Amino acid sequence: MISQFFVLSQRGDSIVFRDYRGDVPKGSAEIFFRKVKFWKEDGGEEAPPVFNVDGVNYFHVKVVGLLFVATSRTNLSPSLVLELLQRIARVIKDYLGVLNEDSLRKNFVLVYELLDEVVDFGYVQTTSTEILKSYIFNEPIMIDAGRLPPLGPAAMFMQGSKRMPGTAITKSVVANEPGGRKREEIFVDIIEKISITFSSSGYILTSEIDGTIQMKSYLTGNPEIRLALNEDLGIGRAGGRSAYDYGGSAGSGAVVLDDCNFHESVQLDSFDVDRTLTLVPPDGEFPVMNYRITQEFKPPFRINTLVEEAGSLKAEVILKIRAEFPSDITANTILVQMPLPTYTSRVSFELEPGTVGQTTDFKESNKRLEWSLKKVVGGSDHTLRAKLTFSQESHGNITKEAGPVSMTFTIPMYNPSRLQVKYLQIAKKSKTYNPYRWVRYVTQANSYVARI
Amino acid sequence: MAPPAQTNRSPSPSQPSGKGEVSDLKMQLRQLAGSRAPGTDDAKRELFKKVISCMTIGIDVSSVFSEMVMCSATSDIVLKKMCYLYVGNYAKHNPDLALLTINFLQRDCKDEDPMIRGLALRSLCSLRVTNLVEYLVGPLGAGLKDSNSYVRTVAAMGVLKLYHISESTCMDADFPATLKHLMLNDREAQVVANCLCALQEIWGLEATKSEEASTERETLLSKPLIYYLLNRFKEFSEWAQCAVLDLVSKYVPSDSNEIFDMMNLLEDRLQHANGAVVLATIKLFLQLTLSMADIHQQVYERIKAPLLTLVSSGGPEQSYAVLSHLHLLVMRAPYIFSADYKHFYCQYNEPFYVKKLKLEMLTAVANESNTYEIVTELCEYAANVDIPMARESIRAVGKIALQQYDVNAIVDRLLQFLEMEKDHVTAETLVLVKDLLRKYPQWSHDCIAVVGNISSKNVQEPKAKAALIWMLGEYAQDMQDAPYVLESLIENWEEEHSAEVRLHLLTAVVKCFFRRPPETQKALGAVLAAGVNDFHQDVHDRALLYYRLLQYNVSIAERVVNPPKQAVSVFADTQSNEIKDRIFDEFNSLSVVYQKPSYMFTDKEHRGPFAFSEEIGNLSPGEESTDNVVPAQRIEANDKDLLLSTSDKEESKGSIHNSSAYSAPGYDGSLAAPSQIDLVSLDYKPTPNVPSATFAIDDLLGLGLPAAASPPPPPPVLKLNTKAALEPNAFQQKWRQLPISISQETSINPQGVAIMTSPQTLIHHMQGHSIHCIASGGQAPNFKFFFYAQKAEEPSTYLVECVVNASSCKVQLKIKADDQSTSQAFSELFQSALSKFGFS
Repeated sequence: MISQFFVLSQRGDSIVFRDYRGDVPKGSAEIFFRKVKFWKEDGGEEAPPVFNVDGVNYFHVKVVGLLFVATSRTNLSPSLVLELLQRIARVIKDYLGVLNEDSLRKNFVLVYELLDEVVDFGYVQTTSTEILKSYIFNEPIMIDAGRLPPLGPAAMFMQGSKRMPGTAITKSVVANEPGGRKREEIFVDIIEKISITFSSSGYILTSEIDGTIQMKSYLTGNPEIRLALNEDLGIGRAGGRSAYDYGGSAGSGAVVLDDCNFHESVQLDSFDVDRTLTLVPPDGEFPVMNYRITQEFKPPFRINTLVEEAGSLKAEVILKIRAEFPSDITANTILVQMPLPTYTSRVSFELEPGTVGQTTDFKESNKRLEWSLKKVVGGSDHTLRAKLTFSQESHGNITKEAGPVSMTFTIPMYNPSRLQVKYLQIAKKSKTYNPYRWVRYVTQANSYVARI
Repeated sequence: MAPPAQTNRSPSPSQPSGKGEVSDLKMQLRQLAGSRAPGTDDAKRELFKKVISCMTIGIDVSSVFSEMVMCSATSDIVLKKMCYLYVGNYAKHNPDLALLTINFLQRDCKDEDPMIRGLALRSLCSLRVTNLVEYLVGPLGAGLKDSNSYVRTVAAMGVLKLYHISESTCMDADFPATLKHLMLNDREAQVVANCLCALQEIWGLEATKSEEASTERETLLSKPLIYYLLNRFKEFSEWAQCAVLDLVSKYVPSDSNEIFDMMNLLEDRLQHANGAVVLATIKLFLQLTLSMADIHQQVYERIKAPLLTLVSSGGPEQSYAVLSHLHLLVMRAPYIFSADYKHFYCQYNEPFYVKKLKLEMLTAVANESNTYEIVTELCEYAANVDIPMARESIRAVGKIALQQYDVNAIVDRLLQFLEMEKDHVTAETLVLVKDLLRKYPQWSHDCIAVVGNISSKNVQEPKAKAALIWMLGEYAQDMQDAPYVLESLIENWEEEHSAEVRLHLLTAVVKCFFRRPPETQKALGAVLAAGVNDFHQDVHDRALLYYRLLQYNVSIAERVVNPPKQAVSVFADTQSNEIKDRIFDEFNSLSVVYQKPSYMFTDKEHRGPFAFSEEIGNLSPGEESTDNVVPAQRIEANDKDLLLSTSDKEESKGSIHNSSAYSAPGYDGSLAAPSQIDLVSLDYKPTPNVPSATFAIDDLLGLGLPAAASPPPPPPVLKLNTKAALEPNAFQQKWRQLPISISQETSINPQGVAIMTSPQTLIHHMQGHSIHCIASGGQAPNFKFFFYAQKAEEPSTYLVECVVNASSCKVQLKIKADDQSTSQAFSELFQSALSKFGFS
């Protein structure tokens, strides 16, 4: 059982603080924050999600730059507590519509109300937004998501790139639309995070897709929903001992998942027959299904890097990216990064003539080249030339002192696995009942790396 | 350094920052307290919010307690909740004021709205004021019988809260019995779950005090209760499921049918999106199958995919928790994961603590077929700009080299590191090359050729410098300029801060001298002079020792300083097997993340849910031990048939397990250990691990020996009672209570070992010496025994844990005694009896 729960801002002040058992001293939030901020143990500079100080165990997750923390004196299951923290964040988001420091501060009384019902004396009671509804009486105070101040340079608490992109919906499950009516709608997002490592010769060393079908329902009366996926969807890499043993299945067009798991509301009765998931979606946002694919797929971007030495104190780096997805699709917020030799003193960049929406930078502090592109249309390619000047003579091979090149991007309406929601059926209450259904796809780079 | 002080906080309308504001609040609350004007509730809400906001950021607002209570007379539920929150926070430190709240809370406990009843009851129980407990009993009793399930869930937790405020009040009101009744009969699953949690805690804590409670605690693990909970399993919320799974994993099924029924029932839990449920299920499956080696192995195969999926879905924090568990499993059974090595490749954006786990896993799973690829990948990391990561990766390559037979290619890669000319890479690599040479001296030629090219000026880190110097001394005959390099190092003796390096330098020069005397003589004189004058005691002593040895006789000195060495076959493991097993027993807990058993980081009173595993377990009389092994084998035979059905089932799901690929004799590695141990555990469980640090405390409590102030009288000749008798339960209890008074290793007569085909032979032998066995187990060559003996004249008992390794003829003894002053005498008696084994 947990002893305390609190949320800290980036600066370390408590936004909410709830003590459930009274067996951990009051100063725990300060002790925790100092430890996390000045972490230096085991060679790492980032505090692990779980650590022990003087017999108190501290668990934390980072959500939108905030620290959600639980403390305990007992030897608990770390998964349980970390999952709980993440769920608390999700429940709060369901209620507030937008989760950030500002909305938390404005609604802290509501948050306390939630915390009282979610955990009692350190034991989890429920994390279901649905069930909680009947116990919550505060109305959320909405904040305007569009005019939020940016989080600023507090990169230390910025969420890791592993995080799912937030769904675009910022509507509370309890707040009504202007006019007092609730809009009947349901969102289904297929989010795929891809990881690829290319060898220096462009060959794919490893690749993986980590996908989630995320749902957020605003339907009244909890109708049953049927979600049909690709009929020829395979699960488990049959026959292959190694998950990386690329069988012939890639060519046949079938999508083969290595493994998947489901939300507890999902009925799998007909899943084995026709790949249909049946569920009564609870209120709020939740993952219907998580899946993992190591089947080969076409990488959306190819990266070419050329490093040419030009004398002992100069070198040129040529970076070329090629978008290998259809031309009706556009990737956005692309960032290409490459660590340069530590003795690099100056870099001058040369973009292709006539390009717009691209910026380049040399980060002096960590000797990193950054190239960001607002948009990349499918089928296009882009090149950057960077002339490096060194402060000392390079000894040996520059390629051993620089790289690898990494990329982050988001590609809406595209998913490399070809997993699809064929249809989304809502049990009809009446003829006129026709809620909005949104099925959206998005692909994000998790770890997209090309060695040089 | 400190987190921002209060004055630095950004002013925010909802976050008052000063103390002056508190008195303002007090004034305003007072004005509102009696008011019945419309809009009062809204004004109160605003004020209450301000008060709670102060409370949150740590401003003491306890001074407005009476005003808050005065304002609480309202029907507005939001106001009530805020008031409850406030009261709960400050009541403990203001017990007198807390009394003011009792009235309205008690009244609310009888409200017609179940929501209000529940809230009031929860707040009432959260006051944590000892002298108010009398007011709790009535409302709690009513709450447990309430018609509304919300109130009952609150009441069940309320009982636990009451127990923590006043144990006696809780027990006197007989609440645990009521909880038990509710647990077995309530319609609402959450009520059942809360009763279970409360009872586990209460009986767990009471068990040390009363026999009755300890029986009650055991009934939580009884078959009817476990089956009852499992039958209602699907009704529970995912969190309650975790609690039930945790309980079930401590239950000992009577036969394999039970085990398979449970596993079939719970198999779909492995597909749950909540990692906590999946890990709790995995723990249960692993525990259930411990005694069935082949099925245990299949469990590993079965859980692999769900674990990997959990690692890659969800947030980085959850994924780390799961990865830590995967790490534990990989370390126990690396060969099962050797085909999945690519999953353990590091991603550039992962935090260091994740990368470190992955590197260890890569090292563990490396075998003949994947080493090349793994080492290639590791070499990429070694060139990484991230220095800690580069260092870890080089160490990983070195570890792989040390565990492989065919190290040819790896040595080449290591040597290439030296050519990268990065100081941290060179330093790490030198240390590894040194270890490698200690294990594979045959590689010295290749290595020395490269190491010889390294300028000692580029090596600064003490460990690396020491390694380089060691190699210069050890391979002085192969390295042309060794004496001269050493000489130049001696010149800088004064600047060398590390004593370790200076010690190595001393030894290396002396070794070099034996090989190449004329060239080294000058250096030898210099180093001995410098060493004898060194301020560091060890350096000084060693220099003096060498000096005198050399003076006495050079050839004897050589035999002392540089005797012929045998290659090191195995480097010492950092963690004992016992610790590893304990961590495994505590699967799905922080022990796995910290890689420490819980007693190392948790205070005694907080060990709670794991208290069960602290016990010796099911001790059974020694005579039965051999019989017990037989049914276990029978079960295993049965399992093979039953197994077919499960694997068939799994095949139909498309996930085929190559179970036949792993035949039983094949895994003599880490999996053999648990299976063997388990045969033993039919009679006992591994040593109850009382942390040594607590011994001192135990002694202070008078459990142990009298103060050592007066020297103990010489022990009289010890006579043992030939007809001593001790109940297994009594043994178990004593073993738990007593500290270890003697722990030592001794040898057993090889002739004795020769006739030791089963534990029984030794048991009979010891019985002849009035030392009785209460439990035993094991298979050749490892046997484990628990013995006891009693003094002839008085009921003073000795307990012995004795681990015999028949192949090495070594015996490890742990002796505990009521009368510790005679334990040495008993130990001698025991050992003399043991030494006669085989002669009689």
